[in-house]
Amino acid sequence: MSEREPVTMMAAPIHLDYVFTAGVAQSKNLHGLEEGKFIGQRCPKCKKVYTLSRGSCPTDGVPTDEIVELPNTGTVTTYCVVNVPFAGQSIEIPYICAQILLDGANLSFMGLIQEMPTDEVRMGMRVEAVWVEPDELGPTMASVKYFRPNGEPDADYETYKEYL
Amino acid sequence: MSRFPELTSGSRPVGVVSFAQYDNVRREGAHNEVEMLMPVVAEVFGSIGITKDDVGFICSGSTDYLVGGPFSFVTALDAVGVWPPRAESHVEMDGAWALYEAWVLLQEGEIDAALVYCFGRSSPGDLSEILALQLDPYYLAPLWPDPTSLAALQAQALIDSGKATEADFAAVASRSRRAALSNPKAQVAYDRTTEELLAEDYEVTPLRRHALPPLTDGAAAVVLAAGEKAYEWCERPAFITGIDHRIETHSIGARDLTVSPSTTLAGEKAGVGHKGVDVAELHAPYAHQELILAEALALDEGVSRNPSGGALAANPMMSAGLIRIGESAKAIWSGQAGRAVAHATSGPCLQQNLVCVLEGV
Repeated sequence: MSEREPVTMMAAPIHLDYVFTAGVAQSKNLHGLEEGKFIGQRCPKCKKVYTLSRGSCPTDGVPTDEIVELPNTGTVTTYCVVNVPFAGQSIEIPYICAQILLDGANLSFMGLIQEMPTDEVRMGMRVEAVWVEPDELGPTMASVKYFRPNGEPDADYETYKEYL
Repeated sequence: MSRFPELTSGSRPVGVVSFAQYDNVRREGAHNEVEMLMPVVAEVFGSIGITKDDVGFICSGSTDYLVGGPFSFVTALDAVGVWPPRAESHVEMDGAWALYEAWVLLQEGEIDAALVYCFGRSSPGDLSEILALQLDPYYLAPLWPDPTSLAALQAQALIDSGKATEADFAAVASRSRRAALSNPKAQVAYDRTTEELLAEDYEVTPLRRHALPPLTDGAAAVVLAAGEKAYEWCERPAFITGIDHRIETHSIGARDLTVSPSTTLAGEKAGVGHKGVDVAELHAPYAHQELILAEALALDEGVSRNPSGGALAANPMMSAGLIRIGESAKAIWSGQAGRAVAHATSGPCLQQNLVCVLEGV
């Protein structure tokens, strides 16, 4: 046998490029963000409104064809204060990551909360979106800079308990 | 009393009772995967008047490598709407293997019907690079061999063995594309003679353009129903009397590429030779592969091969195999065939093969 060391590891670099197809529904959402608006889509059967929809109602499996413009305000359903540094972190810690349920929507999404002490965040807190400058708006969630408290009294638990 | 065919595989008669497929296109740039699947699922249920509430199991076939994102099969379920929660599974394989899993579950007898669906796009990435990643990761994948070059090695081996010529490949393509003229879902269909096709330039010697499959975005779905349920939803169900799948080594150099022993074995286990065959839908992406498969399954001259045009008419990734089963079932429903053989393949140069025998009563 050879006196060489056995090979225990090999590197095989892989890089693949893709062209992503957003689809009809998601394109409407993305174009809404480009205009500084949240777009929702209503299911014709269960009447629920989804934000960032892929085009179908995940409950009924039918196209969510009706377009609904959603307001800039919503409720924090749950949250996490990030205190741990990790690779590629772009925001100074600590910061708040929250699930936000826009008024009139039936699906929450993740958003950043700023302009408040991290130890004061709570479930039911009312927030509003802060958008980037108009010339920086694009078809991306990065158009939403962050959410901040809007000063309204906290939402009643009953109004968002289905979305936890 | 309903009549059922004699079974080679399993003990419970399970029939293909509905089939739908998306329009096979070079590039579906407008709709995402969920939007592609929704009309297919609606059609496969709607054409027999049932809903998702009528099936006890859902099984899908797809691969994230084509989508370029993780867990695409989970979001694809939104096309069905899985509420209340459903028994559901997924295979990182062609939908034909998802059908196999559903068939196994139906054998157990707890459920009477299942939905099988699959989707795959060739257009988002570079398919040649993506398919290279299914190869052995140490010796082959780092060389990034493209599937057409590997298929060309197989075609050359076939020529060298004296079993076939380039004209034979062209004859397969000519017949398949002509048959595809009557398939409304075909992506590539034409009426050209073998001589005309032989005038084309080589893509990779000895394969000319006609011997290659099209690049296709597509999706497909099937409903399976067991026993009496099959007759409830379909006048003449295409019963699965035999089904089996086998795989060969991942080392291409260790295989005799001119033959397909895994297809032969699967065909024997599925009982292909027990009775005459009217129609064979063979998943042969490259023209010469149809010759290898026909030999492996010992199909005689009387068998109508790929009346749909086969994978040369449209080759949606992860779906072209299930479509072979769907097309075979259609031939049974219409009475055009009494007994059909459907075949699906996966991997380079026919590495893995599934054979499904369908019969009408």
